[in-house]
Amino acid sequence: MVTSESTSKVRPSGEGKAVLPLDIARIREDFPILKMKVHDKPLVYLDNAATTQKPQRVLDALNRFYTRECANIHRGLHYLSDQATVDYEHARTRVQRFLGAAESSEIIFVRGTTEAINLVAHSFGRKFVGPGDEIITTVMEHHSNIVPWQMLCEEKGAKLRVVPINDAGELILDEFEKLLNPKTRLVAVAHISNALGTVNPVRRMIEMAHARNIPVLIDGAQAVAHTKIDVQELDCDFYCFSGHKIYGPTGIGVLYGKAQWLEQIPPYQGGGDMIISVTFEKTTYNCPPHKFEAGTPHIAGGIGLGAAIEYIDNLGLDHVAAHEHDLLEYATRRISAIPGVRIIGNAQKKSGTLSFYLEDVHPHDIGTILDRDGVAIRAGHHCAMPVMDRFGIPATARASFACYNTREEVDALVRGVDKVREIFAR
Amino acid sequence: MNDLRDLYQEMILDHSKRPRNFGKLEGANHEASGYNPLCGDRFTVHIKVDDDIIREIRFEGSGCAISTASASLMTEGSKGKTLAEAETLFEKFHKLITGDAAEPQNAEALGKLLVFSGVKEFPVRVKCATLPWHTLKAALHDGHKVVSTE
Repeated sequence: MVTSESTSKVRPSGEGKAVLPLDIARIREDFPILKMKVHDKPLVYLDNAATTQKPQRVLDALNRFYTRECANIHRGLHYLSDQATVDYEHARTRVQRFLGAAESSEIIFVRGTTEAINLVAHSFGRKFVGPGDEIITTVMEHHSNIVPWQMLCEEKGAKLRVVPINDAGELILDEFEKLLNPKTRLVAVAHISNALGTVNPVRRMIEMAHARNIPVLIDGAQAVAHTKIDVQELDCDFYCFSGHKIYGPTGIGVLYGKAQWLEQIPPYQGGGDMIISVTFEKTTYNCPPHKFEAGTPHIAGGIGLGAAIEYIDNLGLDHVAAHEHDLLEYATRRISAIPGVRIIGNAQKKSGTLSFYLEDVHPHDIGTILDRDGVAIRAGHHCAMPVMDRFGIPATARASFACYNTREEVDALVRGVDKVREIFAR
Repeated sequence: MNDLRDLYQEMILDHSKRPRNFGKLEGANHEASGYNPLCGDRFTVHIKVDDDIIREIRFEGSGCAISTASASLMTEGSKGKTLAEAETLFEKFHKLITGDAAEPQNAEALGKLLVFSGVKEFPVRVKCATLPWHTLKAALHDGHKVVSTE
C-alpha cells in the first residue's frame, strides 16, 4: 500500500517515481451517477466496498455490444458472432495482463467472487478433499468464503479450521502456522477484509502453505480495485474477484487458476461450450478456460469488465491506492475525533475501508440518518457475522472509498455522524 | 431533517434507550424468537397467556432504535389484551407504518403506537418496526419458534 502525505502535490508511486496526483474533479466527470441528487442532496457515495459506480466508458462498452455486435460467441460463422467473440476474448486477455497471469486460459469468467469460490469448492473439492481432510479459512472472511467450504466439509466429512485475529483485526500468523498440517487440502483467505479493511499478508501465507505443498485461494473481491495484483509474484493457486467492485458491470467476475490445477480438476457445470464432443457413450471436455464456462456467458459483462480494467489501468492503480489511503487517513482522523466512536479494525496495513461503531446508536440508525443527507454508507454485519461476533458487536457502519471520492465527502460523512449524535442526544 | 425528527421522536428514543418490560419472564407459556438477517436484529418475546388474555409480556434481544422501541411499546400496548385484540392491533399498526389506509378510527386503538407513523416515510425501516410484532404473533400461534423477516 502506498502511503503519502495528504497535502503533497506529488506522490511517490510504487516504483519510487514522482507522479502527478489524480485529477479527481475530472475523474468524477467520468461517472454520470455522481451528478445525481438523493433526497435533494448531492450524492455522497461511500459504499464502494459493496459496489463501485461505473464510468461512462463501461456504460458505452455495454451499449456498443448490444447495439452493434450482439451475437453469441464461439459458435457463429457470421460477422456479429465473430466480432463478439473477438471482443470477449480480448477482455479475457486484458484481465490476464491485469492480474499478471501467465496464460489467458487461466482466466475463467464467472458471475462473481461467490461463484468463483463455489467453483473451486465444487471442482477442487470433488477431486482433492475427502473424509478427515481439512480446509483453512479465517475469522474475518465474507460469508462467501466460509459457507462454500462448510458445505464441502459437510458433504465430504472434512473439517473447516479457522485462523483467529487479534484485537486490531490482523490475522495471527503463529496460529495459522499451527493449523497447517498434512491433512490440510487448501487455504482460503481474503486479500483484504471487507468488514475491517485489513490487508492480509497473503504473500507470506502462501509461502507458509506452499512450504507444505498446500494450495491457496485468495478472495480478492476487496483488493483488485485498490492494489496492484500479480498472481505470479504472489504465487497463489487461485485468485477471485468481482467485476462490479472494480467499476465494471454486475454479474461478471473472474477466477484465476494456475494451469496445473485447471487441468486436474473436473468441470463445474455441464453444458454447451465446455465440451469438445458429446455422445451418449462418452463426452470429452473442452480445455480451460472453456471447460469451466458452460452455457452462454455474460458476454456484455465480460466486455464491460475489460473496459473497466482499461479505465483503471489508465488512472494507474498506484495513484488510486495513494488517493484512497489519503482519504482513509483523513476519515480515520476525523471520525475517531467524534466522541463515542470506536473504530473496528485498526490493522497496521489497511485499505480504504473504515468500519466504526457509535456508542448507544445502532448502525442502521446511522445509515438512515446519513441517507437523508445523500450520504450512502453500509450499515450491517457486512456478510461477515463471525468477525462481528469477534468484536462483540451486531453490526458496524462502514464507509469505503474509491478513486472518485473526496475529502469534502468525508466532511459530509462527519457532519452526518454529528447529526446522528444530535438526534440521539435528546 | 423534519422527517428524521418524525421518525426519531422522543418517545421512540426513550424506549430504545430504556426499553420497558425487558428481560426474561418466569412462568411464560408462549415464546418465539425473531431475526432480521439483513441487519442482525434479534428479539425473543416471552408471554404468559391465561384465559386467552396476555397477562404478562417481556422481551430480550438487541436491535436498532426503531425495532427496540417497537418491541418495548408493543409489550406495553398488548398487555391485558385478548389474543384476537393483539392481532388486530398488529394489523392496525402495520397499516400505520406502511401508510396503507390511514383510518382515523384507528388512532384511538393505536394509542402510543401512533408515534411510529414517521416510519412510513422510510420503507426500508418497516421491517425493523414489525419484527417484534411478527415475533409476538409467532409466539401466540405456536409455542417455540424462530421467525425471520426474510
